[in-house]
Amino acid sequence: MNRVSRLFAGLGAALALGLAASGAVRADDPLKVAFVYTGPVGDHGWSYQHNVGRQAVEKAFGDKVKTTYVENVSDGPDAERVIEQLAAGGAKLIFTTSFGFMNPTLKVAKRHPEVKFEHATGFKRADNLATYNARFYEGRYVAGVVAAKMSKSGTIGYIASFPIPEVVMGVNAAYLGAKTVNPNIKIKIIWVSSWFDPGKEADAAKALINQGADVLMQHTDSPAAMKLAEERGVYAIGQSSDMADFGPRAQLTSVEDHWDEYYIARVKAVMDGTWTSTDTWGGLKDGMVVLAPYGKAVPEDVARLADETKQAIVDGRLKPFTGPLNKQDGSVWLKQGESAPDKDLLSMNFYVEGVEGGLPK
Amino acid sequence: MDLVLSILLGVVVAATPLAFAAIGELVTERSGVLNLGVEGMMIIGAIAAFAATYGTGSYIIGSLAGALAGAAMGALFGVLTLSLMSNQVATGLALTLFGLGLSALIGQSYSGVSLPRFPQVHIPILTDIPFVGPLLFGQDGLVYLSIALVAGVSWFLASTRAGLILRAAGENHDAAHAIGYPVIGIRYLAVMFGGACAGLGGAYLSLVQTPLWVENMSAGRGWIALALVVFASWKPTRVLGGAYLFGGVAILQLHSQALGLRVDPQILSMLPYLATIVVLVVISRDRMTMTLNAPACLGRAFHASS
Amino acid sequence: MFKLVPRREPNAPMLYATPFIAVALTLIAGFGLFTILGKDPVQAMGLIFIKPLASYNSLAELLVKGAPLILIGVGLSIGFRAGVWNIGAEGQFTIGAICGGSVALGFYPGGGFWLLPLMALAGALGGMAWAAIPALLRTKFHANEILVSLMLTYVATLLLGFLVHGALRDPDGFNFPESRLFQDDALLPKLLPGSRANIGFLVALFAAAAAYVYLERLMLGFQARVLGQAPRAARFAGYSERRIVWSSFMISGGLAGLAGLFEAAGPVGQLVPSLPVGYGFTAIIVAFLGRLHPVGVVFAGMLMALTYIGGETAQIEMSLPSATTGVFQGMLLFFLLASDVLVNFRIVRAGKPLAPASAPAAARLTPAA
Repeated sequence: MNRVSRLFAGLGAALALGLAASGAVRADDPLKVAFVYTGPVGDHGWSYQHNVGRQAVEKAFGDKVKTTYVENVSDGPDAERVIEQLAAGGAKLIFTTSFGFMNPTLKVAKRHPEVKFEHATGFKRADNLATYNARFYEGRYVAGVVAAKMSKSGTIGYIASFPIPEVVMGVNAAYLGAKTVNPNIKIKIIWVSSWFDPGKEADAAKALINQGADVLMQHTDSPAAMKLAEERGVYAIGQSSDMADFGPRAQLTSVEDHWDEYYIARVKAVMDGTWTSTDTWGGLKDGMVVLAPYGKAVPEDVARLADETKQAIVDGRLKPFTGPLNKQDGSVWLKQGESAPDKDLLSMNFYVEGVEGGLPK
Repeated sequence: MDLVLSILLGVVVAATPLAFAAIGELVTERSGVLNLGVEGMMIIGAIAAFAATYGTGSYIIGSLAGALAGAAMGALFGVLTLSLMSNQVATGLALTLFGLGLSALIGQSYSGVSLPRFPQVHIPILTDIPFVGPLLFGQDGLVYLSIALVAGVSWFLASTRAGLILRAAGENHDAAHAIGYPVIGIRYLAVMFGGACAGLGGAYLSLVQTPLWVENMSAGRGWIALALVVFASWKPTRVLGGAYLFGGVAILQLHSQALGLRVDPQILSMLPYLATIVVLVVISRDRMTMTLNAPACLGRAFHASS
Repeated sequence: MFKLVPRREPNAPMLYATPFIAVALTLIAGFGLFTILGKDPVQAMGLIFIKPLASYNSLAELLVKGAPLILIGVGLSIGFRAGVWNIGAEGQFTIGAICGGSVALGFYPGGGFWLLPLMALAGALGGMAWAAIPALLRTKFHANEILVSLMLTYVATLLLGFLVHGALRDPDGFNFPESRLFQDDALLPKLLPGSRANIGFLVALFAAAAAYVYLERLMLGFQARVLGQAPRAARFAGYSERRIVWSSFMISGGLAGLAGLFEAAGPVGQLVPSLPVGYGFTAIIVAFLGRLHPVGVVFAGMLMALTYIGGETAQIEMSLPSATTGVFQGMLLFFLLASDVLVNFRIVRAGKPLAPASAPAAARLTPAA
């Protein structure tokens, strides 16, 4: 028992030293910036890209910042504790990167007015809580154009996760983009009820290919579908990050999330004392959504058309959701020339006319 | 016809990892040990197989590594539950926790790399027969291994002396011990065999189903394998049938969506679990058949001092 | 060569010493693990085991994390003693949250002093109803309760997802899959000011005390113990297996349902699809670490809570990947489970033959038949 108690005593002493050291804060201490991820940083999708953003912050500011992250934080009751711990531990700017972190972030933000918070994909703000998100649907619209151009069978397969507005928006945008080049294009959708289940995503990809899809799109996070498309000789559009490593032949392009610039700008704002609570919804124009370099299979005319479409969105000449546009049931959503307000997009729970199948409730 | 064929081919891929893991757990349970750590052994098998294949370029070495790693996890479970008499249910759950953590730790250096396609068998003429050819003679080697394993286990348990002894250990360990059989030794072998099979199931996931490594890629399949053993009422051949049925439900669920049927995915996803419960009730309804099927000493620790 | 010889009675000094032996072994193994990974082992283990005890807020968080583990663990240990294997507490937890949460949402935005007790009742009843399925199928059809309760866990999680995507979805929440935030009257009162610790922890302690009395003093508790230790003897003595199975499932299911409601009405404050985070499974380990004794379960629950919170701390302070915490936790559990052998067995040099003896009761598992 003696050894055990000595070991404990040793640990206690070490800890006491550590606490004493962290107690003395100097003026030129680096700015502590923290990130909370919902998945593992190795998911090659959502959390991975946020971590790329974190690394960019470190690179940009060197020893003027100290970044830290917590991965695999579930959306449930653990999130608030982790965020609280980061705030209490001296972080001055905290990015929480999952929709499920919205209410926990708000609660902690109220308790720590001196700390700045940034929540991705949510809609609740406070004086010290900003929100940010990316207009992924813009990238998906362009991807839809590429997919329809490259599809010989006229069928696009779409692997979807959960029927939340974000994902429904993506399906509709991809379909509308595809329809501009092929009015008869069909889009087949499989909901896998998971953000991340490589086996199930691969099975869904297989089912879609078997039912005639020759271009796959996905709104799930693993590269399984890309890998399968490579094997089966069909094309695919990547998600979140550049997945060309998994489908060097199959990947036509990828709808990437780029948080680097935003993160750097916000860290700089805190350093300069110019940070305010904002609501950012950036798209292709802001570099938050980026299309990966076109794959070798994409011929020049398709690449040109995609670039033109992209440029039109960047210039604001083209808004993907513009009337005349009906809902799936035939009722009018947008009249001629009318563009969907952001509020409609952020609560979208219906397919547009032409998409087949039922939207799960 | 093509669609039916491709659905069936998809079912085979979905069913094989389940068949591997379940046939191993069946042997473990027939020896009287309940190992709830199948998920943990599978995921360790998946990363070991992936790492070994990536390192050596050989799928055979990779599959072997998966089996060995699974067997090592099984041995760890054996040390704890058989030698140190810890509770099997709790140890199995801890094994899963440990396996998921360890695989993620090892896997950190393998994220983002992938393997070429697992080679498939091609027998001239036979494989080229329409429909039947690719289905029966055009699978990958592991599929045939899984079927051979099931047949082997079936024969081993029913017709060999060693199989009889293994079953005796599961039915009545005190009697088996009194006759002079090494109950603990038998159970060690059974648990390690179970681990090796689960490891192969994991290898199938990371080498064939999705030839890449991602954390948590077993995604609950180990638990389904556990259900399968009961679903099959501890009969090897029924394990195979059950695995294909489970795989079939999973694949048909996806296909029905792609065909545009309006069914809620959450409700659909409940089906395999509800089906297992129904089958359980059906096979357990009659007390006699249940007693005939389930190993009587399942999950009970054994200790003899002589 | 050494041999294990069963003790007649569990060894009391060992009963208290083994947890410390296990922790010591874990510290040694952890030292190796962290050294291999190139992390400072003393710092890592200090962060995991001591740092969370060194601040008001993280102590309060220990209560938040420990309360559901204790509440569920206490209920499960009663059933486990009787050889009734409820592995599906996670599902009963989820259904409890759904039922109790629906009451809050049904009265939204109304409320009163009566709302919370009503929600707690609905939560407990929900958990009991979900637990009644395996109990019924086992007593009527002899279906293995391990498998049935486990399968129902998956069904419960999917059901929660289905409901928050539809019927229970926040009408003002932009169609995101989560319910409204509960009204104030539907939230659990705080235990420690300025923290998230709520009265759920007191209820958990009360449940442990009640379980202690139930097991030690009451007749049914005696029956439950007899059934677990010797099912056949119990049958001869005229105890009804049916009653034992039902009471075990009702107690463990009710407590798990209550824990689920406390989670929804406590730290979370709404229904979200990711509400079940594995407390129901972790509580099984907690029940065994506590040696199926209510007092032991309280300590085991707090220890598990400590490793979770400590793991997060280590991740924040020295960027230890979460996988490392999982491995470390797994090792701790292995050592704790393995060291139990010293309680029930003596280690002696092999030599003289001894009479065979059967295994200690707590380590048994009776199948359905």
